[in-house]
Amino acid sequence: MSEKHHIIPVWFFVGILLLVYGALIFATGIYEVANPPTNRVVLYDLRANIWWGAVLLVLGAFFSLRFSPARERARMAGKA
Amino acid sequence: MNLALLFASSNTLVHLSAVDLVIIVFYFALVLGIGFYLKRFAKTGEDFFLAGREMTAWVAGLAFVSANLGSLELLGWAGNAYQYGILAAHWYWVGAIPAMVFLGLVMMPFYYISKTHSVPGYLKLRYGSEASALSAITFAFMTILMSGVNMYAMAVVMEVVLGWNLHFSIIVSSLTVGVYVAAGGLFSAIFNEVLQFFLIWFGALLIPIIGLIEAGGWNGMVARIHQNFPGQDFTHLWGPMGSAANNPMGVQWVAIVFGLGSVISMGYWTTDFLVVQRVLSAHNLRAAKLAPIIGSFFKMAVPLIVILPGLLGRAVLPFHLVPANHAQPGQFKYDDVLPLMLARYCGPGLLGLGITALIAGFMAGMAGNVSAFATVWTYDIYRPYLRKDASDQHYVSMGRWCTIIGLLVSIGTAYLVTRSKSMMDYVQALFSFFIAPLFGTVLLGMLWKRVTRMAGFWGLLAGVLTSVTTFTMMKLDARWIGVFCLSPLAQPLAQAMWQALWACLMCVVVTVLVTMVTKPRPDEELVGLVYSLTEVPHEEHATIFHTPWFWGAVALVLFVILQIIFW
Repeated sequence: MSEKHHIIPVWFFVGILLLVYGALIFATGIYEVANPPTNRVVLYDLRANIWWGAVLLVLGAFFSLRFSPARERARMAGKA
Repeated sequence: MNLALLFASSNTLVHLSAVDLVIIVFYFALVLGIGFYLKRFAKTGEDFFLAGREMTAWVAGLAFVSANLGSLELLGWAGNAYQYGILAAHWYWVGAIPAMVFLGLVMMPFYYISKTHSVPGYLKLRYGSEASALSAITFAFMTILMSGVNMYAMAVVMEVVLGWNLHFSIIVSSLTVGVYVAAGGLFSAIFNEVLQFFLIWFGALLIPIIGLIEAGGWNGMVARIHQNFPGQDFTHLWGPMGSAANNPMGVQWVAIVFGLGSVISMGYWTTDFLVVQRVLSAHNLRAAKLAPIIGSFFKMAVPLIVILPGLLGRAVLPFHLVPANHAQPGQFKYDDVLPLMLARYCGPGLLGLGITALIAGFMAGMAGNVSAFATVWTYDIYRPYLRKDASDQHYVSMGRWCTIIGLLVSIGTAYLVTRSKSMMDYVQALFSFFIAPLFGTVLLGMLWKRVTRMAGFWGLLAGVLTSVTTFTMMKLDARWIGVFCLSPLAQPLAQAMWQALWACLMCVVVTVLVTMVTKPRPDEELVGLVYSLTEVPHEEHATIFHTPWFWGAVALVLFVILQIIFW
């Protein structure tokens, strides 16, 4: 949070965005394993949506937890 | 998969699945939610126009570099990379890094210490109202036009790529931007620029990764380009710069170093208020100095997601792209290379992420222009010339209304561009008319205390007129290209470099001449505004790893290494 205004840090919103997108992309990748699409992208076999979704998911979880409003409130209270 | 099959079924480049649409809708919901959340914090003028001056160096630095990472840039420079090869990377390296470091280390202290709200605000303090008014009015006019161009460009891209209705894109994007900027001011603009930064990186980074795997690494890509386009050099930065005839851009190293590296980039990165405003939001001087330097490291990496996809397009696409004015039905133009590569490698979910990154880039472009317009209009035109002594609350209200009015004018501009497509090129050219001479005026003002009030005004005006004159002459009669650019082969990008160089030179010459015959201001009036009369606070208790000078030097060393690697 900002010192003056106690605003939730932008990193928390970044985390939420990555977390939601990571979950959606990862889930889509898993679904495609069970139901392979007829129109496939080039290098489909790399399963990019699974590992890229996982990367976003992990980063999103880290940012969301590390900069969560509750944790920031505790940090500000500690400073005061 | 055969790409022809992908595109044969419809006129659009890609087809979105349900998960892609969910990703796009979630982005709109999040930015609107952030806008409403931040509204409660944007109460005073400093909050609304400068985000309370409480951003950390990282946030200000990412917003600073994101303000220049819009979708017009992404699509345009990926297209330029396809057309000109790795030469396009000059705009990200020599055309940005030295200027960003210079802004952080040399110019930022003056902007920050003077507590100005804007670049025209600094000109008012340093020179007086004449130069400031000229700069403010032209800047306000240009930002509104540029916002409209962004709006139009987004609508066209969404129409071509997704088949969305032009009016739908314009209305949805302008409403969203209007709501979140009018609510949270620069707070909202900066928050969304940081989100956009992550979206663009995660949305586009897969293209070079999978592209290099397909092409067989860098060497495989170069071999394929040579095979597809024999006899042309698309993968060297400086080697083909000895003569204009040796490279696809028709440019010599002199224009790159002096036109691009010394004038255009310095002008853009150090005096364009749209980007400088982000740094002014920093919470202290050290953060303000570090922000552009942090930005420079990310800027150095941007060619990975912009230039490399363009080069990979030359290597792996089974058809050749053509210039926009030569594209026949069924053919793709240079600027389509990024969406084409996105469609080539990204399936459901990833495609939605890439498209959301483009939408975010366009909306951030609009938001950046509109928030800068609101600041310059309120503080540099409305307050000094129309209503001097109103309350702070009144100016915040004016800023909010400016945002709405600015967007309405932008919508008008977008529809004007719809009627006359060539206007888009002219609007972008207009912006460059003012940037190069403005750099001369601001820099002389900061470094030389003798420069006088009227010298600042006449120098700036002479520079702008030189820019307009050279541009018009080259457009009306191509023979002037050989005169102004020292080579008749100069392509539009090379012409812009020479135009900027002449404009800045004229600005400096006229400023010096007028200074010699006019009376300087007393020293005491220039304290905090001029180098020799300002004591920049020292950074006590800071280790070398915490100083802007150290990181500025690291950025410059990395920049030199990149030039050597891709020489």
